[in-house]
Amino acid sequence: MSGMEIVFLIVALVTLYAALEVVTTNNLVHAALWLIVTLFGVAAIFTLLSAPFLAVVQVMVYIGAIAILMIFAIMLTRGVGKSDQPMVNKNWPVAAVFGFLMFFALALMLIFSGRGNDPMPVITDNGATISALGLALVTPTGYVLPFELASVLLLAALIGAIYVAWRK
Amino acid sequence: MSDPIHLISTWFRELLLGWGLAPLLVQIIMYFIGAIVISLVAMGVVVILIWVERKIAGRIQDRLGPNRAGPFGLLQPIADIIKIFTKEMITPNGADKIPFNLAPVISVASVLLIWAVVPFAATVVGADIHVGILYIVAVGTFGIVAILMAGWSSNNKFALLGAARAVAQMVSYEVPMVLALLIPTLLAGSMGVTSIVAAQDVWFVVLAPIAALVFLITSMAEVGRAPFDLLEAESEIVAGFHTEYSGMKFGMFYVGEFLHVFTIGALIATFFLGGWRGPGAETYPILGFVYFYAKAFLGYFIITWVRLSLPRIRIDHMLGFSWKFLTPLILVVLMVTALLVKMMEGANIWIFSIVMLAANILIGWVVVLILKRMELMRPKRQKFEGRPVAVAPKPPASANS
Repeated sequence: MSGMEIVFLIVALVTLYAALEVVTTNNLVHAALWLIVTLFGVAAIFTLLSAPFLAVVQVMVYIGAIAILMIFAIMLTRGVGKSDQPMVNKNWPVAAVFGFLMFFALALMLIFSGRGNDPMPVITDNGATISALGLALVTPTGYVLPFELASVLLLAALIGAIYVAWRK
Repeated sequence: MSDPIHLISTWFRELLLGWGLAPLLVQIIMYFIGAIVISLVAMGVVVILIWVERKIAGRIQDRLGPNRAGPFGLLQPIADIIKIFTKEMITPNGADKIPFNLAPVISVASVLLIWAVVPFAATVVGADIHVGILYIVAVGTFGIVAILMAGWSSNNKFALLGAARAVAQMVSYEVPMVLALLIPTLLAGSMGVTSIVAAQDVWFVVLAPIAALVFLITSMAEVGRAPFDLLEAESEIVAGFHTEYSGMKFGMFYVGEFLHVFTIGALIATFFLGGWRGPGAETYPILGFVYFYAKAFLGYFIITWVRLSLPRIRIDHMLGFSWKFLTPLILVVLMVTALLVKMMEGANIWIFSIVMLAANILIGWVVVLILKRMELMRPKRQKFEGRPVAVAPKPPASANS
């Protein structure tokens, strides 16, 4: 086992354990903090795959924006930190079935794609890949339409937020 | 002899390889030692900074500052450190122990992580990653997480209020800060910190003075120092998120704040003042350290100067200043910069610099004009006819007769 594999196993175990804690802990703020650990673990895995750009964006967007907003909202909500709330509601069997279906679908996809044993491609020049990514978002033959659609959607959400907040 | 750090690291690498260690292991050991040295130097600088800050504060407030322990009071921080180590570390009843104790560590770590990508000299840089600016913004978010953890886990409403204020402030000011950092990226054509330094044949403070100013202001807000110290406003919420901390746990927050200010100085030096560059810095990398630290101290001095000169701003002004003034301003500057960079591709560097500087001055002038116009249009502030409080009482009737 190479050093890289050991590091990967440790990171993966920590990430999985943190993810488990997110859904099993009774305390909402603890769940959010464990979520940060999970997201950070995913960022570490991106780094191991020599994709520093994705790793950094993962930390910036998911930890820096989403997780912090979640904790902020939880902290401003009355009655958090009490651990007497029920963990599940009556829909849990349905959720469990769909969760397992999703897991099996993904696992089967990975197994039958036959790429599980591919050696990791060696990426030497990361700057070039990011330039390609950036160009793909603005060239008409690339992904300019989805990119613009997402931008328009976000703009609409922004304007909607302002409208909702505007009314006194 | 002109490049001692590189010399030592090469010698050490050869030594380890000579012992028959695997090259990968040697690389890992070298990274570990580098990380420890960078952290220790940064923490060592803080010890000096505490003395410098108190001396500057003393001078600005027309007093002497520390002058008892050692020559010029130089040993004062040592005495303070020994004192803070002997203090009791209290964990309040009902505190959430693990986040409570983890928060100060994360707070310092989030600042130390920034130093990993800052180039100290031509040949000395921790990690030359090509997404350096994004990395700096990303690790900065751990500081916000630390403040949230501290405020929530203290089980104290002032701490919670302080944390809520801190997050509102930091999230708001992150927007113009990231936009301001895009301008050096545009000018250098890269997000790597070393490439940005290498691109500064003309310092970016000349090419983009407005961006430099916006970055200075927003990063002061990120640190939460006066005039943006609402998150620890003593008169309103005791000490904010670190109300319940004592001893070295408080010390960690304190060190983290000082280190953060100096780090901001270093970032300003790197992005806008040319980093380690200066006469002879390429041939004698040791000079790069001198230039780099001198520029970083200049940035640090400016932040301290502002902190000691301005009063705290009101919370609605704080948010309005970011969203209604800094963000639109930096968006305009960003668009103008992007246009000019694209239009003047391949132009002479001096002509380009002059055009950029002129564009920035023009934008600044228009902003001042608009602000003046808005000030004129604003309804006149009503003068408060207060109840007289200290009026001499009427003489008793008996005195007249």
